[in-house]
Amino acid sequence: MTPWNVASDSARTDPSRIRNFCIIAHIDHGKSTLADRMLEFTGIVESRNMRAQYLDKMDIERERGITIKAQNVRLPWTSGDDDYVLHLIDTPGHVDFSYEVSRSLAACEGAILLVDAAQGIEAQTLANLYLAIDNDLTIIPVLNKIDLPAAQPEKYADEIAHIIGCDPSDVLRVSAKTGEGVRDLLDEVVRQVPPPTGDPDAPLRALIFDSVYDIYRGVITYVRVVDGRLTTRDRCLMMSTGASHETLEVGVASPDPTPTKSLGVGEVGYVIPGVKNVSQARVGDTITTASHSAPESLGGYRTPKPMVYSGLYPIDGSDYPLLRDALDKLQLNDAALVYEPESSAALGFGFRCGFLGLLHLEIVRERLEREFDLALISTAPNVVYRVELETGDEVVVTNPADWPNGKISSVFEPIVDAMILLPSDYVGAVMDLCQTRRGTLKGMEYLSEDRVELKYVLPLAEIIFDFFDQLKSRTRGYASLDYEPAGEQVSDLVKVDILLQGEAVDAFSAIVHKDKAYSYGTSMASKLRELIPRQQFEVPIQAAIGSRVIARENIRAMRKDVLAKCYGGDITRKRKLLEKQKEGKRRMKMVGRVEVPQEAFIAALSTNEPAKS
Amino acid sequence: MPSALPDGDPAPPTGELSAAALAGFEARQFGIYVHVPFCATRCGYCDFNTYTATELGGGASAASYADTAIAEVRLARHVLGLRRPVDTVFFGGGTPTLLPAADLTRVLAAVDREFGLSPDVEVTTEANPESVTPESLAALRAGGFTRISFGMQSAAPHVLATLDRQHTPGRAAAAVSEARAAGFDRISLDLIYGTPGESDEDWRRSLTAAIETGVDHVSAYSLIVEPGTRLAARVARGEIPMPEDDVLADRYLIAEALLTQAGFGWYEVSNWASGEADRARHNLLYWTGGDSWGVGPGAHSHVGGVRWWNVKHPREYAARLSAGVSPAAARETLTPAERRAEDILLRIRLQEGLPLDVLHPSGLVAAARARDDGLLEAAAHAAGRAVLTLRGRLLADAVVRDLVD
Repeated sequence: MTPWNVASDSARTDPSRIRNFCIIAHIDHGKSTLADRMLEFTGIVESRNMRAQYLDKMDIERERGITIKAQNVRLPWTSGDDDYVLHLIDTPGHVDFSYEVSRSLAACEGAILLVDAAQGIEAQTLANLYLAIDNDLTIIPVLNKIDLPAAQPEKYADEIAHIIGCDPSDVLRVSAKTGEGVRDLLDEVVRQVPPPTGDPDAPLRALIFDSVYDIYRGVITYVRVVDGRLTTRDRCLMMSTGASHETLEVGVASPDPTPTKSLGVGEVGYVIPGVKNVSQARVGDTITTASHSAPESLGGYRTPKPMVYSGLYPIDGSDYPLLRDALDKLQLNDAALVYEPESSAALGFGFRCGFLGLLHLEIVRERLEREFDLALISTAPNVVYRVELETGDEVVVTNPADWPNGKISSVFEPIVDAMILLPSDYVGAVMDLCQTRRGTLKGMEYLSEDRVELKYVLPLAEIIFDFFDQLKSRTRGYASLDYEPAGEQVSDLVKVDILLQGEAVDAFSAIVHKDKAYSYGTSMASKLRELIPRQQFEVPIQAAIGSRVIARENIRAMRKDVLAKCYGGDITRKRKLLEKQKEGKRRMKMVGRVEVPQEAFIAALSTNEPAKS
Repeated sequence: MPSALPDGDPAPPTGELSAAALAGFEARQFGIYVHVPFCATRCGYCDFNTYTATELGGGASAASYADTAIAEVRLARHVLGLRRPVDTVFFGGGTPTLLPAADLTRVLAAVDREFGLSPDVEVTTEANPESVTPESLAALRAGGFTRISFGMQSAAPHVLATLDRQHTPGRAAAAVSEARAAGFDRISLDLIYGTPGESDEDWRRSLTAAIETGVDHVSAYSLIVEPGTRLAARVARGEIPMPEDDVLADRYLIAEALLTQAGFGWYEVSNWASGEADRARHNLLYWTGGDSWGVGPGAHSHVGGVRWWNVKHPREYAARLSAGVSPAAARETLTPAERRAEDILLRIRLQEGLPLDVLHPSGLVAAARARDDGLLEAAAHAAGRAVLTLRGRLLADAVVRDLVD
């Protein structure tokens, strides 16, 4: 008997037999393992073909244990006497991708809230949970890892019950690792998650919740059909752009792509719309048919907006064309990545790149280095500032080098609503951190006896500067953080330049709060004094705001650089040493007459490690 | 010389040289260096090619060493093909004076026999103060040696101890007197500064002690901690701290001040002489690109733009020669650019400096900037030569990097 879930015409799937759901979980709480177990128990991936984290396709995802791109899979499941189709839509798990998460949630009617029974709920999870509740999703609370000795299911069941307002006995208990409770969970999905509703006779409306570029097939978009029917017979039309494309293929993921004739109401699958890059088929957009267009889109579409900028430069200047090609290729698959060429006196030719956040930045950088074999220097990340001049002009600054010289009337910087979950013991330490990062306390709530939720408004610039590492170190790793954009605020910001022998080094300029300019200046100057080798002359290092010097260090002139002995047997060695030193000299970056080793730039720019989460 | 050999091209078993390398040989300055790879004990800072066992086996014993060296002198004559007077001969080591004076004079006689010695030949041997006697010195002088260079290193007992030197501070001065009594009027002392534990005052005392002996030549070297030496290991373990470069620079300035005051003049970065005639001509030959043949294990040679170096171990060295094969381990034929680079890096170390016209345009720009920075003498620059200032001498390698394009 042909497995019915891969039947050539899925049109026969009655919406009442469909359940669309996602899993909301923190990193390491076992989401991918649970998904693996579901694939196995529903029989669509035989256990001998099973590999860990089956749905995480990128190497980086598997290594870091995070899901960057949403994946989805169609699972057949028999509950009682009835056959069902379960669509699991796996969501990305990081604050940088909260918009993608919201679109994945919009494609579901239910969500499994998966919480580690030894750790309790984390900020990220809570943020996504609130998002799911806002989207009217049915929440199925589940404690995972109940097989662990450290599991405290009673305690965390109470905590979850308190947060979502259910009875602690409603919280399911599973072990994704051993499989215990997973079959019951699938039955609960059938029982609790409402079937999709939609009008099969209305014009097609399908929500794009993910869009990926495949080198063989072009762009593949993952969709949830809301109304009507998606078939290869009709050209598809992207409602945000108004552009129509040929519908090359329609299918379902089970879990490998399997073509079908069409997708009907409530169904989740993929469509290949014959477009060249993902910006032509963006996450959140609504697909309709060109011939019989829906009058209104599903709504909720938003163009991704970069929040964090950084300059990326090849360490070897001749790699610049390779970097450009690599960025072009990554952009095919990443509609949120923006970049434009820029040049730095210190670092040469490179690109100013905009990212959704720090993780996005790191992923892009890592993929460039790994997949394209590029060695890169990245400048310290910065946010986007809006600067109003006394002339009434306004300048948007994505690079400290573009900071206007004219009289400034006010500067606006982006702020975020941040949520921090932490054990109550550390509240003082974290409040102290938020205070030094110019945070404003907005609320504090006890989730349980010893767990607290802190709400702060913080400048985004403070969060991208080492905040997460600080938070983790002050709470021994127990705090978790989530945040979302919350507009902008007027702040007293200045640009601090770093000068070597009177010459500004553009790569080291930074926009900082006035109260922190001095500490930034002194720390950068003393760092550089250690990193830059002594020259034949004294090199003053200054930190300055405009023409006002706020910190100064000196690299004393080198006084001795001569080989004491040079006789017959030393000459060959000496000449070879000279050749090597000349080669090293060529790799130096010249700032005026000062020779600065590449390593000094890399070290000076990387000591403020971007936050990892 | 440092013990690690460079990489190079294969050297032919005959040791033969191209016609291009030999062209003009008879008209160039020519010196012979004889390496004696034996020491009574190994000093902690030394990475030279030397051995403390006098019996290395396989025809490499100290007793048979002179004959082996003579075999290479004959090979040199065969390869160079020409009987022509030798301008300088230098016996270095190791400790040449660990061999009987008769052995050293026998090798010198072989050089005379094969090539002839020029009428004003300079024949130097290095010596440790404790390795000579009035008798051995007299024998050397009688055998044709004209100059002696003692490894005094320091007058401070604790510095000598750190360097593992065997002699007492007073011995160097006594050796100088003995040498003078034996008829040597050209005597040099080697000093080392920057030894861990040495103070500025220790260094001043060492210089004064050297000056008071009345020698005509002083070499002062900053201690180099070579990788692989016992001293390097002690520094790495943190047992003894190496002085900073600034301290070494100060010591150099002290040497320049005291030696100049005593009537010495610098003529190479690490060398001072009483008068022009007292300069070490053999070493000047290296710095001016002359031809030299290095006899002995690990010895380096240069003839007409070809540099080569012998196998390092005395046993292999002896075996090769007894088989009638050249002891050269490898060689390199310098390109014109390499010869130019060598010329610049060597000549800039000399008080005569280097003619500006050997520099390329970018080197000329660098030279003008070095003059403006006070690293090259302005007057000499105006007269068409690059001559290091006192500060420039301490930064000679940095200047070279700028001058060589």
